[in-house]
Amino acid sequence: MDIVDRSTDLSQPLDKLGPDERLKHDSNHLRGNIALDLLDRISAGVGAESNKLMKFHGIYQQDDRDIRDERRRQKLEPAYTFMARVRLPGGVCTPAQWLKLDALARAHGCNTLRLTTRQTFQFHWIVKEDLRATIQGLHDVLLDTVAACGDDSRGVMASADPEDSALHAEVASLAKAVSDHVIPKTRAYHEIWYGADKIASSDAEEPFYGRTYLPRKFKIGFVIPPSNDIDVYTQDLGFIVVAGADGLEGFNVVIGGGMGRSDQDAGTYPRLADVVGFIDKQRLVACADAVMSVQRDYGNRVDRSRARFKYTIDAKGLAFIRTAIEQRMGSAFEPARPFAFTSNGDRYGWRQTDRGLFNCTLFIQNGRIRDEPDRTLMRGLRAVAAVHTGRFRLTPNQNVIIADVTREDRPRIEALLAKHGLAEGHAGSALRLNSMACVALPTCPLAMAEAERYLPDLVTKVEAILAQHGLVDEPITLRMTGCPNGCARPYVAEIGLTGRAPGKYNLWLGGGFHGERLNRLAAENVGESRVLEILAGKLGRYARERRTGERFGDFVTRSGE
Amino acid sequence: MTARLPIEEAVLTREQWRQVEALGRSLTPVQARWISDYFAALDDGSSPEGEDAAAFAPASGRTLTILYGTETGNSREVAAALALAARERGLTATLSDLANYKVRALKDAQDVACIVSTYGEGDPPQSSLGFFEFLEGSRAPRLEGLRFSVLALGDSTYEKYCEAGKRIDRRFAELGATRLSERADCDVDYEDRAALWSQSLLDTLLAGIDDSMARAQAAIRSAATQPQARVRAHDKHHPFLASVLDSLRIVGRHSTKDTRHVELDVSGSGMTYRPGDALGVVANNDPSVVEHLLVATGLAADAPVQVKGETLPLAEALTRKFEITTVSPRFVDHWAHVSGAAELIRLAESDASMERRTFCERHHVIDVLRRFPVPGIDAQRLVAGLRPLQPRLYSIASSQAAVGDEVHLTVAPVRYGLHGSERGGVASTHIADRLDAGATIPVYVQENAHFRLPADDVPIVMIGPGTGVAPFRAFVQEREARAARGRSWLFFGERHRRSDFLYQTEWQAWLKAGVLTRLDVAFSRDTGAKTYVQHRMLEHAQDLYAWLEEGAHVYVCGDAAAMASDVHEALVGVIEKQGALARDAAEDYVRRLAADHRYQRDVY
Repeated sequence: MDIVDRSTDLSQPLDKLGPDERLKHDSNHLRGNIALDLLDRISAGVGAESNKLMKFHGIYQQDDRDIRDERRRQKLEPAYTFMARVRLPGGVCTPAQWLKLDALARAHGCNTLRLTTRQTFQFHWIVKEDLRATIQGLHDVLLDTVAACGDDSRGVMASADPEDSALHAEVASLAKAVSDHVIPKTRAYHEIWYGADKIASSDAEEPFYGRTYLPRKFKIGFVIPPSNDIDVYTQDLGFIVVAGADGLEGFNVVIGGGMGRSDQDAGTYPRLADVVGFIDKQRLVACADAVMSVQRDYGNRVDRSRARFKYTIDAKGLAFIRTAIEQRMGSAFEPARPFAFTSNGDRYGWRQTDRGLFNCTLFIQNGRIRDEPDRTLMRGLRAVAAVHTGRFRLTPNQNVIIADVTREDRPRIEALLAKHGLAEGHAGSALRLNSMACVALPTCPLAMAEAERYLPDLVTKVEAILAQHGLVDEPITLRMTGCPNGCARPYVAEIGLTGRAPGKYNLWLGGGFHGERLNRLAAENVGESRVLEILAGKLGRYARERRTGERFGDFVTRSGE
Repeated sequence: MTARLPIEEAVLTREQWRQVEALGRSLTPVQARWISDYFAALDDGSSPEGEDAAAFAPASGRTLTILYGTETGNSREVAAALALAARERGLTATLSDLANYKVRALKDAQDVACIVSTYGEGDPPQSSLGFFEFLEGSRAPRLEGLRFSVLALGDSTYEKYCEAGKRIDRRFAELGATRLSERADCDVDYEDRAALWSQSLLDTLLAGIDDSMARAQAAIRSAATQPQARVRAHDKHHPFLASVLDSLRIVGRHSTKDTRHVELDVSGSGMTYRPGDALGVVANNDPSVVEHLLVATGLAADAPVQVKGETLPLAEALTRKFEITTVSPRFVDHWAHVSGAAELIRLAESDASMERRTFCERHHVIDVLRRFPVPGIDAQRLVAGLRPLQPRLYSIASSQAAVGDEVHLTVAPVRYGLHGSERGGVASTHIADRLDAGATIPVYVQENAHFRLPADDVPIVMIGPGTGVAPFRAFVQEREARAARGRSWLFFGERHRRSDFLYQTEWQAWLKAGVLTRLDVAFSRDTGAKTYVQHRMLEHAQDLYAWLEEGAHVYVCGDAAAMASDVHEALVGVIEKQGALARDAAEDYVRRLAADHRYQRDVY
């Protein structure tokens, strides 16, 4: 008995829905013309339809925007290359996988790797003809790029650095299990990228997704309090780990988070997820299926800008959605258990774990791994991977943890870090260590302004202000994106900057230090000097007037300007 | 308009000229262009024989058959001028391109004047190959009754200078024909020599005619000195000063090439061209090369020299009048004489042709001057060994139907190292390095009758790697402007797709719009295996053969040294395999294509 509007969802005939629904429906489960377009020699890119379908395979067509206009005048098409995003549930990888990723980046990815805000690796600058080799190389070490993008459930996150090692291992493995469960099941990926034979089967190729997949992307994450490193309130579906003396018991479930908004469309907005209740750990997969199926069936398929789960919830009402989930899950949510977060940042340097092993968290500015003359990050990490016997973990803040190092191995790894100029990598201001930026220019097609290439310079200028006011060691989150879509989760940062135009940003202030509160617009469409001017004023007042232990975001919100 | 009055050259009668002038005043530029094209088409060899059923009464009872074989149109111009002059002087003359000449008619011919150019390493023009095969084959008839004279055009920088003309001259004699006059061999500055030969040939023919009518007519009309085939506003000797609208590098970053797209403004020139035509560019030498020559010889920049009756300062003469880079065998002879150097004297001997050729390839003029210095040489003596600077021809990359009063060129600067310094092609580096937007350069249109689009509904296959793609941009622009419905297929190749795909976005748009039916590309350095256009032709052999069978015309433009022969070989291979033909039969098929003007090449 539906009591809600069904005029924009899957219940409608295809021709009433948006064009992307037709595209997905007619794609033969994400095959489309991708294989043909890969062979086309006339363009370094692929056609518009293949471009959309390839996202479901974790691959984005991009172009070097720095030279787009130059090439237009040269009568050359944009310099198309591809970004491939690895599926790495929980951000955990083995040293062997690291070495393979490193080798593939050197062979096909212009000698660089990008760590993302969702704990995975991205290759950039891959030419079309190298895509298969890249993906087959990943396959060699049991990695893939399935559903790393697209209208499906994307990479599943998990807290990277909890105190409880056993809990981390269990949660990371659940993240992997959930990811394997929720990704598309089409054989298209195997056929196109591995050259696998087509298998004739009467089974439905996509028992869950059907022909049209989800209305939009869908993000799942697991968080282990008190760290909120994954920013659980920004996930479409978040699982807050509840553990007792005997380990994992279950999860407080949150739904409906999401960062994206559009400057031109007041009806779009970032939204923090709502806590809907507790489930036993045995109900995990049933819960994920139930939540995703509600979004699949009720999500808006007419207007993609209203298609994320957060809008479905707001359009139908949280109570309706919650009930629908419980019906599909076959059980009710229990009341949420108590939990508390303290931070969404990372802890840098060496720390001993509860097992007596050692974790070393390296600050990777903006997640960019490459070699610089004085800091051979890529070579250094390769050297570490060659001797490391534990794991690597990527953090949601685009950093790397060299995890589970034995006491015996630690000096060797320390020596390698020193040799490659990485030992003091986390010696910057606390603000720098809590900063991140998305990729933006020159490769991201959505970017309107710089982010990754500009943030380090801006932080240096902010650091001068911090020094004036004795705030160098005060952790303050600063996040910058090249567009309003919010890949670096800027709307929960204490200081957020979202690109509007070259050199122009919206400045947002007052987000919660552990991601519990959205920030507010402080200035619209302003350049660097105005940004610094505003920050100088706010930081000055913060230094003078803050209460003991008060965070910058809390102060800005309390002082209510 | 800077057109010369054609009556002075007896091209038109005064009355005809009055009519042309009156018509001209009433025409819009578009109409003028159309009429120009109309007459150009009439004169294009499209009606090869009998077109010029003599306007003047036969005087001698004998017919002068004027044959020409041409790559760039020079031979045709000389031949057409000769035909006109012959008729002016009362002779019966027919004019035929060797490409169209019915070779069996040769045994009935009476007086034959043959003007033929030599191309590359001693080869006849592509379009004349059939004639040469016949003439030099065993089925050639005896020609006892035939009288002939040969004018051979060539380029003395090549070792087998004027070879095609020499072959005809030799073979006619072998077959029993009689020389009317000795063969004349002309270098790139052929005009004066050609005019002399024409004059003397006509004098000889007229001297044998005992017909007072003819003599009287001849006397009246002998004002003809250097007649022109047709009214042309601008030519090699009267180029138009075009201004550069745009000159930009159209290869992307990290390219190993430096290819330019140049747009010239020719408005006000009255110049017209058709797809396939070339633009003659009257370029200057690099001032730094001139400077090096002056330093090497110790001569003053303002030392006076005589050049064709004009006194010029040496520096200007070297800049504008002479080839001062590549060394010709003639220059070796000259410098051997001037310097007395034993090594050069040895090279100048007739049995040293291989060594001389190698020497010419490995030295520029400056290298010879430095290696064999002649202290105190005077300026006149220096330039005496140099050849006149020739305009360079570039296939036009635009269609006038699309760009109006513009001419577009695709120019890859020629650059290479020699004796430790960078050297460059005269015109290509002038265009690339010293010709920014707003600058001017003298140009003229050089027709290319052997590189023409067929009727609008006929399919075309275009093979143009590198800058060889230029005329095909003109072809496709033209077909787009005409809304032509014939299918088109382009094969393009270069080194790297990312940086070297010339006019990539234009081809993509034409493909999308259906103006271009098909595009196959080969980028030789993108993958381990070097792939070239001929490999793509072989890959698509079945379709390519189908197109041929459906009447497609095949065009090849670009590098003559390797590409043209590889493509030719691929074409024969496609036909052999797909047509299930023996090698001979496949070659025959290609020969028939060429004879039917369905296989046209513009290679350099």
